[in-house]
Amino acid sequence: MPNKIFLVVKREYLARVKKRSFIVATILTPLIFPSILGVFLWIGMSDTGGDSARFIEVVDENQEFFLESNELFVFSYGIMTVAEAKEMVQKGNRYGFLHIPKLNLAQPIGITFYAAETPGMSVVSGLESEIKAKIEEIKLLNSGIDRELLDKLKTEVSVLSIRLGQTGNEAVSNTVINYAIGFISGILIYTFIFVYGNQIMQGVIEEKSSRIVEILVSSLKPFQLMMGKIIGIGAVGLTQFLIWIVLISVVSSVIMGFFGMKMPQQELMEQANPEGMGWMSEGSDLPDMIQLIQGIDFVSLVISFLIYFVGGYLLYGAFFAAIGAAVDSPSDAQQFMFPVTIPLLIGYMGLFIFVLDDPNSKVSYWLSIVPFTSPVAMMGRVSFGVPLSQLVLSISLLVVGFLFTTWSAGKIYKIGILVHGTRVNYKTLWRWIKEN
Amino acid sequence: MQILSIKGLNKTYGNHVALKDFDLEVEKGMVFGLLGPNGAGKTTLIRIVNQIIDRDSGEILINGEPLKMNHVRNIGYLPEERGLYKGMRIDDQLLYFAQIKGLKSTEAKAKIHIWLDRLNLLSWKNMKVEELSKGMAQKVQFIATVIHEPKLLILDEPFSGFDPVNAEIIKNEILELKRNGTTIMLSTHRMESVELLCDNIAMINRSRKILDGPVKAIKKAAKTNRFAVGLRPLPGLVLPAWGDFSEEEDYVTFSISLDGQRPNDCLIDLMKYGEILHFEESIPSIEEIFIQKINESHAE
Repeated sequence: MPNKIFLVVKREYLARVKKRSFIVATILTPLIFPSILGVFLWIGMSDTGGDSARFIEVVDENQEFFLESNELFVFSYGIMTVAEAKEMVQKGNRYGFLHIPKLNLAQPIGITFYAAETPGMSVVSGLESEIKAKIEEIKLLNSGIDRELLDKLKTEVSVLSIRLGQTGNEAVSNTVINYAIGFISGILIYTFIFVYGNQIMQGVIEEKSSRIVEILVSSLKPFQLMMGKIIGIGAVGLTQFLIWIVLISVVSSVIMGFFGMKMPQQELMEQANPEGMGWMSEGSDLPDMIQLIQGIDFVSLVISFLIYFVGGYLLYGAFFAAIGAAVDSPSDAQQFMFPVTIPLLIGYMGLFIFVLDDPNSKVSYWLSIVPFTSPVAMMGRVSFGVPLSQLVLSISLLVVGFLFTTWSAGKIYKIGILVHGTRVNYKTLWRWIKEN
Repeated sequence: MQILSIKGLNKTYGNHVALKDFDLEVEKGMVFGLLGPNGAGKTTLIRIVNQIIDRDSGEILINGEPLKMNHVRNIGYLPEERGLYKGMRIDDQLLYFAQIKGLKSTEAKAKIHIWLDRLNLLSWKNMKVEELSKGMAQKVQFIATVIHEPKLLILDEPFSGFDPVNAEIIKNEILELKRNGTTIMLSTHRMESVELLCDNIAMINRSRKILDGPVKAIKKAAKTNRFAVGLRPLPGLVLPAWGDFSEEEDYVTFSISLDGQRPNDCLIDLMKYGEILHFEESIPSIEEIFIQKINESHAE
């Protein structure tokens, strides 16, 4: 008899994997993201390569602000009037000109930048930070502190966070990496459940509306049919994920190799936030990084990810199958999506609001224990380290939850697939579960 | 030997009684017809035998064994509402249906080949169902029902949805399967096909069986001893008040009850009135018996 489930799994799997749309989506999706990234990088590179630094004329009435040129700006100090400088910009000899009137250092106002085109945020903020640094330096010098002393005062502090395991083993941990792991795996599980859960529902509706189902259930048990469909579609999803992971890493490394650069994400983050990358540059000292990666317990992380990934999918998959069986068309399914959407959404929101913020709070604990939210929420905690007892409790409840949803969904499914043209509501569903 | 034996079967849906104390015996090798108006309980009965829905109580035996899941291997079922996977090739599709019935892949492939050849579909086997004409899809549907060579073939309204040409093909295939020893149980509204195909019938009305037995015996029992007569009367005669009297161009038709008379004696009497054109016993059709029985059961 389990052999029959396998036959259904095989059919569901092959019917989808052989479809042209599957092949196209599986191959194109991972190409799209790195390609978009590649296009941006290419544009970005040719941009900075083309008109490299911007020529800026400075008219400084204080005779004090000698700004240092850098790769973004080249400052020139030809002594001229405001009118002359304006003319230079209008003629296109300068990108812009910066007018610094007589300043009261306590309240530096009236600084103006003229340019032929509206300057972007990065230009304005770049100028602002240059002037700001200059004013601060002047202020410090005025109060008798010189540059040398200032450099000595600068202090870098980083707290090494070590997770003390129950067995006494110590693991170096990094909150940011843990955050990222929890964040990404939570989103993956959430997305997977929705996308492939919907496919289960569509598949059930298709079999029901094309009236194949009555022939099928005369040969195998409705439960076998339902489980076969859930497992088969899950396998399709896993296949697609695997191919994506392989393709994305191959394509990304090709693109990165082509542009000869570091991690693209890192590049982007540095551009977006030049100051906030401190931890990255400090953290990227090789021995530290290796220590950090060694500190991550990959085995338990991957195992828990797989358990919650598969467990969450199976738990909700049964729901989706039951909804598909209860309705005649996808548009009717909307009314029953509520019990699926709400707990998943609570898990998802909870992951961001509570779990990632404080993995050990009471709310985080309950979100990661209750089976309807745990598949999404627990992954936010696992990377920070969860006591084994809680993990066992959560997984056991997930299994119980899965058995419960599959059991009740099976009852709804068994009756629903043969019911046509009847308005089904929650009361009807409850009667189906009860009467069986 | 009974291939299917049902005793005291009951099924209710909520407040609706679908089957009440239902008994049925189907002998091996016969074509058994299940007749009844819509909502009588035919489909419920068929679904219970196919283990698609559960019964509330009652005993069902297949070849003397209590009905169990393994029996699906020996039962073929064509539901009234039927369909195929539109995007699936027909050979893959038939293989799937055969395999879920319990056939091994190699065995199934050989049988698929034979059946596709037999119904002239062999050159279409790589096509998807959505690419076939409706008639071809209907044939594929029939093959899917019989591919595993069931001992008991259950057909729910087999002729509905089939065009006349295909209905004829299917009818011949059913008779061929019967010759090979398959027992066939069918439910239908098409009474003429019942008389042509069925050895035994059962009539169901309002969740109860109201009549069953061999078609011939049922018809014999329903005989009213009336004869239909056609006669060209001699001129100048006054004819008696015969029933169902109707006057045509140069002859009359009527029906006559024998009232214990032998047909030959009756014929001699009638010859006095003119030339006999036809003299034929009126045997009610299954349809007439069906309507009469249903009216009787409603009157009760």
